[in-house]
Amino acid sequence: MNEILSKIAECVEFGKINKAAPYPPQMKDQDGADELTRQALEEGVSAQDILTKGLMPGMETIGIKFRENKVFVPQVLMAAKAMSTALIYLKPYFLTGEVKQKGTFIIGTVEGDLHDIGKNLVSMMVEGNGWEVIDLGIDVKAEAFIEALKKHENAIVGLSALLTTTMVNMERIAKAIRAEIPEAKIAIGGAPVTQDFCDRIGADAYSADPQGLVEYLNSLVA
Amino acid sequence: MGKIVDLIMQGRILVSDGAWGTFLQQKGLKVGECPEEWNLSHPDDVYDIAKSYVEAGADMVETNSFGGTSFKLERYGLGDKVFELNKAAAELSRKAAGNKFVLGSVGPTGKILMMGDVSEDEMYEAFKEQVMGLEAGGADAIMIETMTDLDEARIAIRAAKENTECEVFCTMTFEKTLSGEFRSMMGIAPTDMVNTLIDAGAELIGANCGNGIANMIGIVEEIRKANPAVPVLVHANAGMPVYCDGETHFPETPEEMARLAPELLRAGANIIGGCCGTTPEHIRKVREAVVNRLIL
Repeated sequence: MNEILSKIAECVEFGKINKAAPYPPQMKDQDGADELTRQALEEGVSAQDILTKGLMPGMETIGIKFRENKVFVPQVLMAAKAMSTALIYLKPYFLTGEVKQKGTFIIGTVEGDLHDIGKNLVSMMVEGNGWEVIDLGIDVKAEAFIEALKKHENAIVGLSALLTTTMVNMERIAKAIRAEIPEAKIAIGGAPVTQDFCDRIGADAYSADPQGLVEYLNSLVA
Repeated sequence: MGKIVDLIMQGRILVSDGAWGTFLQQKGLKVGECPEEWNLSHPDDVYDIAKSYVEAGADMVETNSFGGTSFKLERYGLGDKVFELNKAAAELSRKAAGNKFVLGSVGPTGKILMMGDVSEDEMYEAFKEQVMGLEAGGADAIMIETMTDLDEARIAIRAAKENTECEVFCTMTFEKTLSGEFRSMMGIAPTDMVNTLIDAGAELIGANCGNGIANMIGIVEEIRKANPAVPVLVHANAGMPVYCDGETHFPETPEEMARLAPELLRAGANIIGGCCGTTPEHIRKVREAVVNRLIL
């Protein structure tokens, strides 16, 4: 049983989606996340174990490699694809409550900013680490973040911006959220964002990479 | 007027223009506004930018069309105006350029091929529509820039080669990794880029954005190791942006940029210009540095 879970973790780490997938070349013709997850469920491995001992370690490893610049966006995207392929089979268990997610994370790119590559990357990494993710999309106004936070109590919110010009909006939105929901946990990220900026606008967390955010989120529920 | 690459082959060092996006913001482009729409709504401002670079001594000016594919424009509800907006962009720069060259700017689509966001054919069609607009408006070359993915770059080059008579240039954006190597967001090293872009049909390659001029020296050195002959262009940022009290500052002064220009030429660059944060003053100083070098 442990062997199949570590194989699933490996498939996620290296982005092996299914047997037919040509990527990565070194895993050609091997079962992928798709086949192995189905097989594990058939063998009676719990969905919870598949998530926490298969998918999550795989995503964590790729997240750390990405932070260390040992892999780049394509490898993370492939890992996320393998992860989400496996996740499809686990979704029914989320709905019945048999698998517990760690919490809810709301994410969006701030008003005026139409970039979504970084936001999507973060959203997939967080989901692959056992969180429910609510993606509000791009060009998201303060009201939409606040509304989502009110709907999902105890959710943590993440604001993304790629442009230096939309950091102004990030500041405004973070402050609007804080004014409306003083206890809200606000995380921020994006190419121009810094820890200094985070401190100045009163956000709770900044990370230069998705894994740092995952670690912050996990620390809140530890 | 001849071709830019012919001038380079004759040993000429050329100067390109500076920033557009940050310049438009200075002229009042608001966050969330579509820059390319200004080609129709604020043509005088767009013309002024091109003109100020020509007056600063640039041999070529870009066009206000970086986000001019349907993928970007449709986010502003302008997906049906691709040809018109790109043509207007090239016309404005053409008018300002006089006998100087016009580089039709083409930026990334924001779509990731490997995620299946779009097909290669859809991406090709989007670039095709844009470059045809740029050529119709008078662009001499198509300047595909800020690329991070080799496949997207290759498709854009092919679309420009197959559908226009323009010279086709392509620069990618690199960042320095923790171990000090240069890689694009998609993990491409400068040396990885060289053959793919040239094979696809690019007549000039190089780097833009993501770095101040100092790092660009290292990037050009890497390109030159892989290919000593291909024409190389650099559009460097005025350093990396610093955000302070609602304003963004680019720290590199025109003097600093000009001071490093000769080193960039020694590394093997043939054309030097600016990207985000650079101003006509940066280009003026670079122009002086390049002229001085030729005299020396």
